[in-house]
Amino acid sequence: MAAAAPGDLALIAKRWKDKRGSLIMALHDLQGRFGYVPRDAAQELGKQLNVPLARIYEVITFYNYFKLEAPGKNIISVCMGTACYLKGAPEIVAKLSEKLGVKAGETTPDKQFHLQQVRCIGCCGLAPVVTVNEKVLAKVKAADVVDQVYACAKGA
Amino acid sequence: MTVKAIINGIPVEVAEGTSILDAAKKVSVKIPALCKHPDLDHTAACGICIVRIKATGRTLRACCTPLENGMEITTHDPEIVNVRRGIVEMIMSKHPNECVTCARNQNCELQTMCADFNIHTTDLDNIVPDLPVDATTKSIVLDPRKCISCGRCIQVCQKDQNVWALTFMERGIETRIAPAGDISMAESPCVKCGQCSAHCPTGAIVEYDEGPDVWAKLADPELHCVVQIAPAVRVAIGEAFGFKPGTNLTGKIYAALRRMGFKAVFDTNFGADLTILEEGSEFVERFAHGKGELPLITSCCPAWVDFMEKYHSDMIPHFSSCKSPHEMVGALSKTYYAEKIKTEAKKIYMVSVMPCTAKKYEIQRSDDMKSSGYQDVDVSITTRELARMIKQAGIDMQSIPEEQPDHLLGAYSGAGTIFGATGGVMEAAIRTALKLVTGQTPGRVDFEVTRGLKGVKEGVLEVAGKQVKIAVAHGLGNVEYVINKVREAKQKGEAPPWHFIEVMACPGGCVGGGGQPYGVTDELRLARAKGLYQEDQAGMWRCSHDNPYIQKLYDEYLGKPLSEKSHHLLHTHYNPRPQYQR
Amino acid sequence: MPKFTPSELDAHKAKLLAAPAKKAVIKVGLNTCGDAAGAQPVMAAIKEEVQKAGLDAQIVKTGCSGMCALEPLVEVTTAGAAPVQYGRVTAEAAREIVEKHIKGGRVVDAYKVPSVGDMSSEKPVPGKQYRIVLRNCGVIDPESLDEYIARDGYQALKQVLSGMTPEQVIAELETSGLRGRGGAGFPTFMKWKLTRASRPGEQKYIICNGDEGDPGAYMDRSVLEGDPHAVIEGMIIGGWVIGASQGIFYIRAEYPLAIERIEKAIKQARANGLLGKNILGTGFDFDLEVRLGAGAFVCGEETALIASIEGLRGTPRPRPPYPAQKGLWDQPSMVNNVETLANIGQIVLRGGAWFGAIGVGRSKGTKVFAVTGKVKVSGLIEIPMGTTLRQVVMDICGGTSSGKPVKAMQTGGPSGGLIPASLLDTPITYEDLGKLGSIMGSGGMIVMDESDNTVELSRFYLDFSVDESCGKCAPCRIGGTQMLRTIDKIVERKGTAADIAKIRKIALTMQRGSLCALGQTTPNPVLSALRYFESEWTERLVPATKK
Ligand SMILES: Cc1cc2nc3c(=O)[nH]c(=O)nc-3n(C[C@H](O)[C@H](O)[C@H](O)COP(=O)(O)O)c2cc1C
Ligand code: SF4
Ligand code: SF4
Ligand code: SF4
Ligand code: SF4
Ligand code: SF4
Ligand code: SF4
Ligand code: SF4
Ligand code: SF4
Ligand code: FES
Ligand code: FES
Ligand code: FES
Repeated sequence: MAAAAPGDLALIAKRWKDKRGSLIMALHDLQGRFGYVPRDAAQELGKQLNVPLARIYEVITFYNYFKLEAPGKNIISVCMGTACYLKGAPEIVAKLSEKLGVKAGETTPDKQFHLQQVRCIGCCGLAPVVTVNEKVLAKVKAADVVDQVYACAKGA
Repeated sequence: MTVKAIINGIPVEVAEGTSILDAAKKVSVKIPALCKHPDLDHTAACGICIVRIKATGRTLRACCTPLENGMEITTHDPEIVNVRRGIVEMIMSKHPNECVTCARNQNCELQTMCADFNIHTTDLDNIVPDLPVDATTKSIVLDPRKCISCGRCIQVCQKDQNVWALTFMERGIETRIAPAGDISMAESPCVKCGQCSAHCPTGAIVEYDEGPDVWAKLADPELHCVVQIAPAVRVAIGEAFGFKPGTNLTGKIYAALRRMGFKAVFDTNFGADLTILEEGSEFVERFAHGKGELPLITSCCPAWVDFMEKYHSDMIPHFSSCKSPHEMVGALSKTYYAEKIKTEAKKIYMVSVMPCTAKKYEIQRSDDMKSSGYQDVDVSITTRELARMIKQAGIDMQSIPEEQPDHLLGAYSGAGTIFGATGGVMEAAIRTALKLVTGQTPGRVDFEVTRGLKGVKEGVLEVAGKQVKIAVAHGLGNVEYVINKVREAKQKGEAPPWHFIEVMACPGGCVGGGGQPYGVTDELRLARAKGLYQEDQAGMWRCSHDNPYIQKLYDEYLGKPLSEKSHHLLHTHYNPRPQYQR
Repeated sequence: MPKFTPSELDAHKAKLLAAPAKKAVIKVGLNTCGDAAGAQPVMAAIKEEVQKAGLDAQIVKTGCSGMCALEPLVEVTTAGAAPVQYGRVTAEAAREIVEKHIKGGRVVDAYKVPSVGDMSSEKPVPGKQYRIVLRNCGVIDPESLDEYIARDGYQALKQVLSGMTPEQVIAELETSGLRGRGGAGFPTFMKWKLTRASRPGEQKYIICNGDEGDPGAYMDRSVLEGDPHAVIEGMIIGGWVIGASQGIFYIRAEYPLAIERIEKAIKQARANGLLGKNILGTGFDFDLEVRLGAGAFVCGEETALIASIEGLRGTPRPRPPYPAQKGLWDQPSMVNNVETLANIGQIVLRGGAWFGAIGVGRSKGTKVFAVTGKVKVSGLIEIPMGTTLRQVVMDICGGTSSGKPVKAMQTGGPSGGLIPASLLDTPITYEDLGKLGSIMGSGGMIVMDESDNTVELSRFYLDFSVDESCGKCAPCRIGGTQMLRTIDKIVERKGTAADIAKIRKIALTMQRGSLCALGQTTPNPVLSALRYFESEWTERLVPATKK
């Protein structure tokens, strides 16, 4: 993960500083920039927004969306919403888990892939759904999922 | 405005906004409550206080639901009691069964709840999380396995103390208390005030127990063990022995300490008197002679010092350089006293008994705390620890006859006694400042503006025709207002809003300290403080400068206040510290 | 474009309606799901072909038409003819459709699909779709303010601001019988009335609950993506009625397109005098901002949502005080669901009585459902209240996908319950579903066939709720986990009858002792599965062994 230019953080802080209760929005921006919330960035953000670090951590660890560690290059999300669950999402997770050698929520040692489960991305009609980075794969079959994922992964 | 309602068929009328929990007390109904501490806002975290609202048939939490006009409430029926028992069982399924070896044994709200509900079997799985104990501060010990997520400590640490060392991390079943991120307490901004431990219903946060060390040292024939007790200890320890809150047990404590084997029994109140002479002189220097910055800010509370160094280090020039009273007594015990009894300083082992967990930190705060050449205070234990030790020693506090302290470092004035309550340092200092400025015995020694539990107390006093503006803050959450005003005035180049500021980290001051017996409320704080003010009234000397042993000390040893020797033994320095070590 | 006054708005609408129609209109569904199914290349292909051939065709990207299973969807309307729906369109197919249908005037039967149920019905008939909330979804370009205005957009706002009193609006809502679509079904007029009456003159807030965390439901996403201005119009009207000058959209971060469309629509409305200072020249000031969720289902609960907007952990607070008394920043606040708000404009325009005539009993109007699971045509439907579950599965969604009999339906997501096939004739109303131990919920509807297993499905929901428990209160935090462990034991065929009793006991403790509805309703799927499918549980038990 390339270190961010200091200006980025300052910009984020400036954008949200005067808006009440904007911590979560600022954290979205921060994670958008770094891919996760690095501790020193959180500390700096806290200073600039005048929010205690403890508050930042209680928020980050509460919400699933925020990550404390750099995820892999490619984020694979398998939807575990009801529709996808009923249409075979558990097998898809199992398959990917087996292939990548990591459990859901983990990153491969080579930092190429982060496998995670998500709760309904709202495309239930296309169940089961897997997303690779921004790309949504619809009506995925366990048998094909590995190939499909590799096909849209960056530089793996 | 009052509201009228019916609880268990009994009509009740209470002030608007009263919770169902409190309203029920009025009609002699005790609704069990686990997460609600009478001293704090509700956190609504346990659900044990549920009651049934007749109109809807729904169950609501009594601790956080205000009574409304016309409500009909059932507090106990078989289903409600079953649900309560079910909740306690659930909590216990995620809690280690370690009562017999727990610091809270027999003094634990959760244990009591279990006993009351007579829970002796459970069919729930044991799901105690495997989390490590954190004793890194050597002041408080965190055992997150015992935490029931009631949220009290977090409310105290974040809201009342404004320190933000503790927080809830994760969510759901993974919820745990911890400092921000995976760091230790010692690396967090924790100021060791111990308010979290004083409010925790369980053994999840307790004082760092050093009783066994003290016993070992007492048994060491090579050592000359001496002890001192802080003002606030004497009016609180009785609660552990069935005395009424506020009962002053000074003489009994001296006696107990001697029986435990201490060679000399001193009193921190003596150190308080000494502090007043040093600090009072410092104030006069700054106020009357323009030497040093105003306002002068008190420094006898180590949690406050730590907080200042971490959060308000721009105030360092305003800080009194005086060490806290127990440090002064510690330094003198290894110098003045050691010389008197012709014993080597290294053989003296000084134990201070404090209402406070932060003192455990303070004794190693910096090299200034070794001014005698050895650590001035070797170990600091809390009121709670001493109470347990007295029990171990088989001493009957009810019947033990009172004794006197060793006067050399043990005699004290009423001014020294009231240090234990918020405003006490200020009041004591004013008494002596009047004398120092005018050279005359003050006509008036009671300054009520400093007393009571208002978060920030302000007043203006006449000292030799000049106005001295004072402010007294207690509870670190109340400090910001005061510090900000000082800062503002400084920035604008205006006269300071106050000349003298007292800060105590704990709400109520040391009577409400983090190492005091459990269950503190404002009522209790006031009762303890009352015990101190009564002793002040009854005392032989009301002002620190009237304490003949203090005069003797200056005559024989220190010379005069702020002398070089004083500076070496009784004063210290401050440095900015990072809030997070990591 | 100018900042509209009421008369300018009408003039602009008239101008839009008078514009000559293109010879052909091609609509491509481009919601999140359409995109996922590959609608982007389809759109590109159509554009390219139309341009190449120099055709007089209008190409519109629309929101969700409801036929998720058939995405990507293309609808073609040629002059004088009824719209034709094409489903599962590829780029290749798209080129063929342009070539044959637009150019040649021949419907391409190979890709033609029937619409889900009958969407064209003019009158609300139980068993058929009737679109109020979804009236513009799949019909207009959600990113075009003009298209919204041409379809009566902001007429309700105009009407309210130039001639009605807040009390009149509340009265219309009362007549309409509209109840909150977020799940609990609280009468909307009552909420508006209470918030209006609360602490008059003080700062108030209206909040749109777009958290939609129920797994397997996406009604609100489709509305936000497909007809954003309708929700905004509802917000402005609501804000005016309760006396708020600020409104907040709380949308889950998992819905980036919905966020984008709402933000765009807010900008458009602001630029045209429909938001901001002096709305429609009437002196009313009101503005909107968007806040994102961050992956916590419990933040759909209104007090947790408020905490989240305040930048805190999304843990619920005790009620009372209700948000109407003490909400965001302790000010009176009103939380409304997306679908609730999308109904407001139409109720104002067509009258409360019109709306109240739809539906049955105390359940009025229509309800949007996302029907998924083992159903032939899964998708988004809007039906009049009182339609039966059977009509939904069999008539509208074409029965099960497997052809096997329906075993059960699940409504209300993780807070709801299972309803067995024997009760499929139950009309969909708040009361009837409640009686069966389920709830209306926000609109997730899952169809299970004989091959599905209720123990596992209820375990799935329980696992979800346990994962999403905020952890604030003991009964939910610990009870859920203990119940899950007990069910796991049964699933592994190690449970005994005592474990069933244990589940019931934990359930009671959670229902009575939990602080918020999440914990209180967590046991519902399990309890309903036990109630209707007890044998699926008992057959997994082992006989109790003597100790
Ligand atoms: C756990 C939980 C999750 C909820 N999630 C949502 C949601 O995603 N969307 C929603 O509109 N309401 C949700 N609600 C209901 C809201 O608390 C609230 O009642 C609703 O937004 C009010 O709007 P309405 O009156 O228009 O329905 C949820 C409630 C609970 C207890
Ligand atoms: S979006 Fe698709 S895959 Fe995801 S939960 Fe919904 S139906 Fe399942
Ligand atoms: S905290 Fe209380 S209940 Fe828990 S082990 Fe200690 S004494 Fe027992
Ligand atoms: S209470 Fe029970 S467990 Fe504890 S010491 Fe006594 S007998 Fe042992
Ligand atoms: S000791 Fe004081 S500062 Fe430290 S965690 Fe406890 S309450 Fe917070
Ligand atoms: S540590 Fe104690 S006070 Fe803090 S949440 Fe846990 S049980 Fe409550
Ligand atoms: S700080 Fe408190 S305990 Fe310490 S000497 Fe002062 S009054 Fe006594
Ligand atoms: S107020 Fe007293 S008890 Fe509290 S931290 Fe300060 S010195 Fe210790
Ligand atoms: S019931 Fe569950 S989600 Fe609701 S407050 Fe309690 S722990 Fe949180
Ligand atoms: S259940 Fe997965 S997208 Fe909705
Ligand atoms: S005492 Fe009321 S919820 Fe815990
Ligand atoms: S058609 Fe796209 S949401 Fe259903």
